Amino acid sequence: MKCRSLIAFLLVLCAFTLTGAQEGIGPPDSISADSTRGDSILPPAPVGNLKAWDTDDDHGHSVTLEWEISSDDGAGQNSVLSYEIFRWTPFFMDTLKGIRNSLAQTEAYIAELQAFLPRAKKRLKVHRKGEPGVGFADSVAFYVDTIAASERWLPLHKDRLGQLRRERAQAIDMIPQAHKSYPEQGEWRKVGTALSGQTSYVDAGVKEKVSGDYLADHADYYYRVDAVTADSTIRTSSEIAGPVQSYGQFFNTGRIPVFVAVIVFTFLTVFFVTKARRGADLYVRPLAGIEAVDDAIGRATEMGKPILYVLGLGTAADIGTIASFTILGRVAKRVAEYQTKLIVPCYDPIVMTVAQEIVKSAYLDAGRPDDYYEDIVYFVTQSQFAYVAAVNGTMLRELPATNMYMGVFFAESLILAETGALAGSIQIAGTDQVAQLPFFIVACDYTLIGEELYAASAYLGREPILLGSLKAQDYAKAAVMVLALLGLIAVNLDWTAFTDLFVVAK
Amino acid sequence: MRRSTIIVMAAIFGLFILTWILRSTSLASVQEHYLIGGFKVTFSAFLTLAILSFLYKDNPFYKFAEHLFVGISAAFWMSMGFWTTIVGNLIPRLSRSLSEFFQVPYQPGSYNFVYFIPVILGIMLLMRLSSKYGWFARWPLAFIVGTFAGLNFVRYLRSDFIEQVSATFVPLLVNWQGVEHFFSNFSLSASGQFVAIVGNWVIFLGVICGIIYFFFSKEHKGAFGTASRVGIWILMITFGASFGYTVMGRISLLVGRITFLFRDWLGLIS
Repeated sequence: MKCRSLIAFLLVLCAFTLTGAQEGIGPPDSISADSTRGDSILPPAPVGNLKAWDTDDDHGHSVTLEWEISSDDGAGQNSVLSYEIFRWTPFFMDTLKGIRNSLAQTEAYIAELQAFLPRAKKRLKVHRKGEPGVGFADSVAFYVDTIAASERWLPLHKDRLGQLRRERAQAIDMIPQAHKSYPEQGEWRKVGTALSGQTSYVDAGVKEKVSGDYLADHADYYYRVDAVTADSTIRTSSEIAGPVQSYGQFFNTGRIPVFVAVIVFTFLTVFFVTKARRGADLYVRPLAGIEAVDDAIGRATEMGKPILYVLGLGTAADIGTIASFTILGRVAKRVAEYQTKLIVPCYDPIVMTVAQEIVKSAYLDAGRPDDYYEDIVYFVTQSQFAYVAAVNGTMLRELPATNMYMGVFFAESLILAETGALAGSIQIAGTDQVAQLPFFIVACDYTLIGEELYAASAYLGREPILLGSLKAQDYAKAAVMVLALLGLIAVNLDWTAFTDLFVVAK
Repeated sequence: MRRSTIIVMAAIFGLFILTWILRSTSLASVQEHYLIGGFKVTFSAFLTLAILSFLYKDNPFYKFAEHLFVGISAAFWMSMGFWTTIVGNLIPRLSRSLSEFFQVPYQPGSYNFVYFIPVILGIMLLMRLSSKYGWFARWPLAFIVGTFAGLNFVRYLRSDFIEQVSATFVPLLVNWQGVEHFFSNFSLSASGQFVAIVGNWVIFLGVICGIIYFFFSKEHKGAFGTASRVGIWILMITFGASFGYTVMGRISLLVGRITFLFRDWLGLIS
């Protein structure tokens, strides 16, 4: 009986063990990627037609992948949740990574040592000056030893640093060679993930060789895309795409529209500038704000009060500020002729320097170089509201007859213009900052809106270059109207070939 | 200075010292020393009111706040420029000994002779201080203006020209499925077909008329003048909307300062 019971027990145990094995109970590492052991999730269909090519119109270091989605993505079993992108990577890249890590550690250690040494020397000096005693003697000895050791180690670490840098440079140069060993001495490594439904991915690295994200140009890269299900172990790999090499392009074809626009606009400008230089009379319609400048200067002269000219917060590189320089030149010349006082507070030191040159030249042109002094144009501060506070104070203390705001302005526009109105000054403003124009319009007597500021500089200067470029701009505007009309017709008739001409790459 | 002015100023200072003491006592539990905490809040309130006093007229308190603000900001930005640009960015790329002197980590890997160009241009700018060699300063100025004008030329052509032109390519009859469908589904809602159609017409006509306003080489007469006037109306309506929007932002700034005065300084609101 006992023997029979034992046999029965052993049989049950065997049956249980076998059943467990059939149900797939086992360690996770025994599961293969293409296993069909899942209870409910079957391996998905792979992505199709995987293509890899160098990313167009860039500086290199980037590869674009494109594929057709798995038939189980949004259809079929509907089991694909994402796609994982793998790049074949030689083990050599681990060596390079190791060099980079050692380099970073050595650099950090040297920096630490360099920071520590002056501090330790300072402490040593303090301890040497201290009262004689056991504690101090020990400290002095400790610091002497540590400093000596640090000074001994520092050159060795620096040598090691130099060696590591050379090794890194050599290793980077060997990256394309290492990729030639495919499929030996390397493995597939994940470089990114794309969501289900997505059909492309850009594997972009950086161009800095010292960076860990550096993706070498002219190396043979191989890619694979896995369709991944909710259970990340159940996946299907695509066919391998490659070899593909990344490299930079000399010309960004996505910006051809800009290139064409540059050519056309340059041609128009050169044409009209030449025409103006030959003496052609190029008409510019009167601008009320600029017509008022002479009256405003005359008013200031009659009242014996100064003229305040504010160049705004722009830098010398802003187009609005450059246009303002021309107007300042004209105003300064007239001010010099009338012997009126001019005040030009500046926000930017470079703008101040240019403005000083312009005002100086204007006084010279007016035949009154002796009336010029450096403090006509002065620097205030590069803090926006501190500058406003200073200019406001000047307005109420000097009570200028005329305030001119020409250039690039931001939140300070209304504060300045309101204070000027409070001081009873005639105000003429001009800016290309659309958001600030409303404030000038409500608080100033005359406002040059946007491009009128640029036109004003041409109108006042009457120089062939400025008049010619103004004329070219008018023709460019005419071109805009024609193109807008054609584009409108194209959009309404679905002529995408025309509208696509205006798509510009970023 | 008149006697009455001195009395007013003394009274105001006395008032602020009083509020300093009162504010300090309420900050006794704060980690920072309560007298310092109280001083900071009181001085901030004083400066806020000093600047706001400009609404009445120019006065010594405003002058004090203005000069303090200008002086501190000028010094701050100069100091920032030196420590972040010259010491922080340039020296670690050029000289090991100077990096050690300024106690910034030297970056030997990033050494590039190109960094000497801004150094030379900067020195040339400083030549303005010399009456004999001041003309050297014109070269870096020409470099700055010329370089950025050239860079901006391409940038503006892309963003302000081509992209603006393509933004004007809008369908004038949005989702058009016939007159009957249009009237049967007529709605004045912002997402409706009618509003979309009107919006696109306004964009197209607004752009054309706006551009006509900015034509400088032709007199604004006749039909051209009419289109120009429509253009300036559209601009003014846009500016009006922008004005209202920005004023609301300014009001919120004022609310912020008033909240500071009544909550942080006077403790009248929680």
